[in-house]
Amino acid sequence: MKPFVYERAAEPAAAVATMARPGRVYLAGGTNLVDLMKLGVSAPEVVVDVGDLPYRDVETLPNGAVRAGALVSNSDLAAHPAVRERYPAVSLALLSGASGQLRNRATLGGNLLQRTRCRYFQDVTKACNKREPGAGCAAIEGEHRDLAILGASRQCVATNPSDLAVALSIMDAQVEFLGPHGPDRISVHDLYRRPGDRPDRDTNLPRGALVTGVVLPPLPMAAGSTYRKVRDRASFAFAAGSVAAALDVRDGTVRDVRIAWGGVAHLPWRAWAAERAMRGAPATVDTFERGADEELLAARPLPDNGWKVPLLRNLTVAVLRSMTEASW
Amino acid sequence: MRTTSDVTLHVNGRRQELRTDNRATLLDVLREELGLPGTKKGCDHGQCGACTVLLDGRRVNSCLILAVSVDAAAVTTVEGLNAGDGLHPVQEAFAEHDALQCGYCTPGQVCSAVGLLDELEQGWPSVLTGTGDVSAEDEIRERMSGNICRCGAYVNIVAAVAEAVGR
Repeated sequence: MKPFVYERAAEPAAAVATMARPGRVYLAGGTNLVDLMKLGVSAPEVVVDVGDLPYRDVETLPNGAVRAGALVSNSDLAAHPAVRERYPAVSLALLSGASGQLRNRATLGGNLLQRTRCRYFQDVTKACNKREPGAGCAAIEGEHRDLAILGASRQCVATNPSDLAVALSIMDAQVEFLGPHGPDRISVHDLYRRPGDRPDRDTNLPRGALVTGVVLPPLPMAAGSTYRKVRDRASFAFAAGSVAAALDVRDGTVRDVRIAWGGVAHLPWRAWAAERAMRGAPATVDTFERGADEELLAARPLPDNGWKVPLLRNLTVAVLRSMTEASW
Repeated sequence: MRTTSDVTLHVNGRRQELRTDNRATLLDVLREELGLPGTKKGCDHGQCGACTVLLDGRRVNSCLILAVSVDAAAVTTVEGLNAGDGLHPVQEAFAEHDALQCGYCTPGQVCSAVGLLDELEQGWPSVLTGTGDVSAEDEIRERMSGNICRCGAYVNIVAAVAEAVGR
């Protein structure tokens, strides 16, 4: 690891202002950053520890929304009564990720900004456009079993590793941040991006922005939401594929539905086309299958990850079906 | 350019002041600076759990924490689990159930289980909580999944943790 200067931010705006200088990174829980520093993927000159900043609260707003500060640990957020009751998919997604030890240390903000676990990104001896723009992508011709089937590019087939982000996607969560021009917010849908020809950029946040919190808007159907994750072992592994879903069925008809997929794209993949196909249709397996198929028309699997297409289809149908049965 | 820092830690109830390289992890400081080799370095990437300690009462991977970032924190390592003589009840359960083979992962397993007991007491859910047909054993396996045992002593580890939970 390269030697670095350590600073503790005492005031948010001052911390953001210093980020205009190059070679600086924010440190929160460090569960991803410290690892990347050990691997040589990240080699900051100055580490700015934001751990003292006042973003540790979870609050319920008068309109029923929940706002969580960026420094709330994954454990605390997952266990919070309002989150468990109103947004169970968020709690389940957090609890599906990492291990007890990591969840105690990892923060909400860090979870959203964690880097891909593509093995070529994490190995500095391999070509990776995300780590080193223009270097090429070793994954496309290499081991890409775990990588993206949706929205990827010829430059990058990495996946976003966050379970939480998938659940936030169906909630239309807003991500609050402090940018160079003051406090601002961005929809989770606009926060993340497809890799395109700039896979080095994970998000659309302005340079130096500090994520300060997340707002979960009021969403009655979210009280029945869920998150299901498929992986190579029963626990403590990244997703082979995952589904966050919320379903509102009235008189046997899909009144509203929200679906997002994880582990299959550079961003949490909101299945808008599937939702459109299902809304207003009978809440049947046939409808769920047709909806999933509609969305999966966009899939462009690589030679060794085509199995994710039927996995997502089956997983989506199984989750919606179980939600339908639960509501009867 | 200053790349070292002065840090105060409260380790197993003792105040420790030291100057540390900013790159040093809590794990390295415990083992190399403070003479506490009970905490083990396994993968050094947060994947195996051998480095598990309690930080301000919560289980964490000490290999992924910069020592400089936990100034003033309270750390409990396997050496500090029992304030008096003898073993911590979780250690006793591990001994009774022969919950190890080589023993390298054991300090991390034990610290993790101690943290788990506290999390259960606080009513924290796991991803399995409330999903219906979940045995106590399944819950323990899920909640202990951050600790790998290369000898594969899991059957006895689960039994030991179950006993500690039941006590």
